[in-house]
Amino acid sequence: MTGDVGTWPHRHLLDVDSLSRAEIERLLDLAVELRAARTSAETAERLRSVVIGLAFYEASTRTRVSFEVAGRALGATVVDLDVVGSSVSKGESLLDTLRTLQRTGASLIVLRHPASGAPYLAARGADAAIVNAGDGQHAHPTQALADALTLREAIGGPDGSLDGRKIAIVGDILHSRVARSNLHALLALRASVWLAGPPAYVRGFDAWPGVTVARLDEALDGADAVMTLRIQLERAAGGGVPSLAEYARVWGLTEERLALARPDAPVLHPGPTNEGVEISAELAASPRSLIGRQVENGVPVRMAVLSLLASAAHP
Amino acid sequence: MSDRASFLLAGARLVDPSSGTDVVADLAVVDGMLAEPSPDLRRLDGRGLVVAPALCDLRASLAPDLDDPAAIADLARCAARGGYTSVCLASAPERSRDIPARMAGLHLRAMGAMTRDGAGEQLADLRALADAGVVGVSDAATRSAGLTRAALLYLAPLGMPLVVRAEEPSLAGGALVRAGRVSTRLGLSGWPPSAEVVVVERDLALAAETGGWIHFSRLSTAGALDAIRRARARGVRVTCDVAASHLALWDGWVAGDRRFSWDAADNGSLFARTLDLELAYDAACRTDPPLPSLADARALLAGVSDGTVDAVVSDHAPQPPQRKLVEFAAASPGMVGLQTSLSLGLAAVEVGALELPDLVAALGVRPAALVGERRTLAIGSPADLVVFDPAARWVVERETLASVHANTPLLGRELPGVVRLTVADGRITHGDLADLS
Repeated sequence: MTGDVGTWPHRHLLDVDSLSRAEIERLLDLAVELRAARTSAETAERLRSVVIGLAFYEASTRTRVSFEVAGRALGATVVDLDVVGSSVSKGESLLDTLRTLQRTGASLIVLRHPASGAPYLAARGADAAIVNAGDGQHAHPTQALADALTLREAIGGPDGSLDGRKIAIVGDILHSRVARSNLHALLALRASVWLAGPPAYVRGFDAWPGVTVARLDEALDGADAVMTLRIQLERAAGGGVPSLAEYARVWGLTEERLALARPDAPVLHPGPTNEGVEISAELAASPRSLIGRQVENGVPVRMAVLSLLASAAHP
Repeated sequence: MSDRASFLLAGARLVDPSSGTDVVADLAVVDGMLAEPSPDLRRLDGRGLVVAPALCDLRASLAPDLDDPAAIADLARCAARGGYTSVCLASAPERSRDIPARMAGLHLRAMGAMTRDGAGEQLADLRALADAGVVGVSDAATRSAGLTRAALLYLAPLGMPLVVRAEEPSLAGGALVRAGRVSTRLGLSGWPPSAEVVVVERDLALAAETGGWIHFSRLSTAGALDAIRRARARGVRVTCDVAASHLALWDGWVAGDRRFSWDAADNGSLFARTLDLELAYDAACRTDPPLPSLADARALLAGVSDGTVDAVVSDHAPQPPQRKLVEFAAASPGMVGLQTSLSLGLAAVEVGALELPDLVAALGVRPAALVGERRTLAIGSPADLVVFDPAARWVVERETLASVHANTPLLGRELPGVVRLTVADGRITHGDLADLS
């Protein structure tokens, strides 16, 4: 049978930092089970009586759709509070809005917000369990867990562990919530994480234990996997890099650059990609690219997260 | 019967930095004046208590959501409870314009705006402001080097300081916390110390060139204090203050580390630790400038000890819940501070991070001198003093705070230092002689 989720000790999922290695592995194991049993009758009954509210204060397609699909696959009722563009976001505080959402019966609220830390405010002020679907530049735990599952299946040891694997993350780490959550997840799984990028975008991360900030060639040298991040033009204009063209020339991932990594080392990107900037179109479409798998794994990982948090809310 | 106090406080520790006094002795007040002790006076037990010149705050704000009379009454309650008899308002000039210069028990002072309508474009009528009794002239949000130089030059003969926040907008713009481990960990945009230091260095050059008096308000970096030490050594007329909260609190508080700066060894475990759900991103910790790094908080404390820092200000800034129960980035900066400044300083004194006379000087005597007020325990002077029990404890709570708003991350914290008596110009504004009998 698919996972007896048992009790889960966490009421919310605000970041990966709250999860132990064993908890991450348990969550990923459940995701694998749910992926296999995605269309089973049992899966479709798991969250039958649960209402999940989506509160996306920032435009998002893939994450919102992924949560919606995950919730529906578990039999939950998914309410999208269409926050962006609706009157709700004008003048009504985040807490007021979430309380409104709770009154619809939502016991799980999936929150995407442009302000770092907003889910902590939400968790303090709302009764519902909060799932962080990305907050500012802080965290994006379900993306990191999907990436962890993808990496585990691509380069994990016999037991699926990432012990001692060298993972290079390239690009704008500073502004990336995906990178921060990945650091927590990969370090918890005992990978060795190397960061490379324009100086302003990697500055300060050398204080993070287990992280090495290095030149691009050093980071790529012998890497077991390489993750690159989206560069945003408006941030580049803020002085981190002079132009996208310069970024592509110096930091863009290509087949040639990737020759420094281990043979067949896979490439990841949380998307959406700027092909020809942070990654070449050929590389993104090559067999080494796991970009599609990252998206596919997003749904079962989010199913696992919702199942575990629902079990914590309704033991 | 006179409303001016008469009593004899026996066996208290009298700390008066204006005369270098620090003795255990009797203190007598007769009809509101400091006098020779005499057996006819009502005798109070001063053992274990400290008597010091009353505190003087160079920067406090009115609650933005209350009308002026209510906001001033709110401020006056907090000031009296915190041991202050004189407060300089930081609020916008239109709010301070009509405030009576002297109200019962609290000397309210006002700051003039350096530029016309605070717009940062043209100097205001500074001579008229001086004649109206402002204690200084403060800057607008933007302040060019040219206007700063012009203001310093114009103010120099008036003996009035130009009171400025030193911050370079192109470096500080959008920053929410100090740049460093906390900003890296939390994904909040970081405020680099250079945002302050480059403006301090620039303004010191302008002050040196013009002979004007510049006062830096709420400095938060070691680099700024170093620049001031160097400038003073070559004769530049410069004074400065720091916020009391910036001595004890540091950027780790935003990440949920609630140790005081003198107790925190380092924050190296920040990255591996789970952020505390209840404490992380608490908007009560948002200040302007942002809370300093641990090293800078300690440098500010050292600056108070060695006199580089002239004054410790409360930077009292009450905010209604709707401005604080919001995302960190959306919150208004500031915390209430009039009741906690002395206690935070005493917490530093308890652990040996600060000497009591240095604290008393920075909270009262020195800031008072900057705004032309005299603070002394000398016999024959009006009684303008505070009596406090440095060892007694109180818990910071909504109920123990006199302010309408309780925006402070110290809520729930036990602090040393209870003010027993505040005497303003001979009148008791807080406390009861009966409790000291």
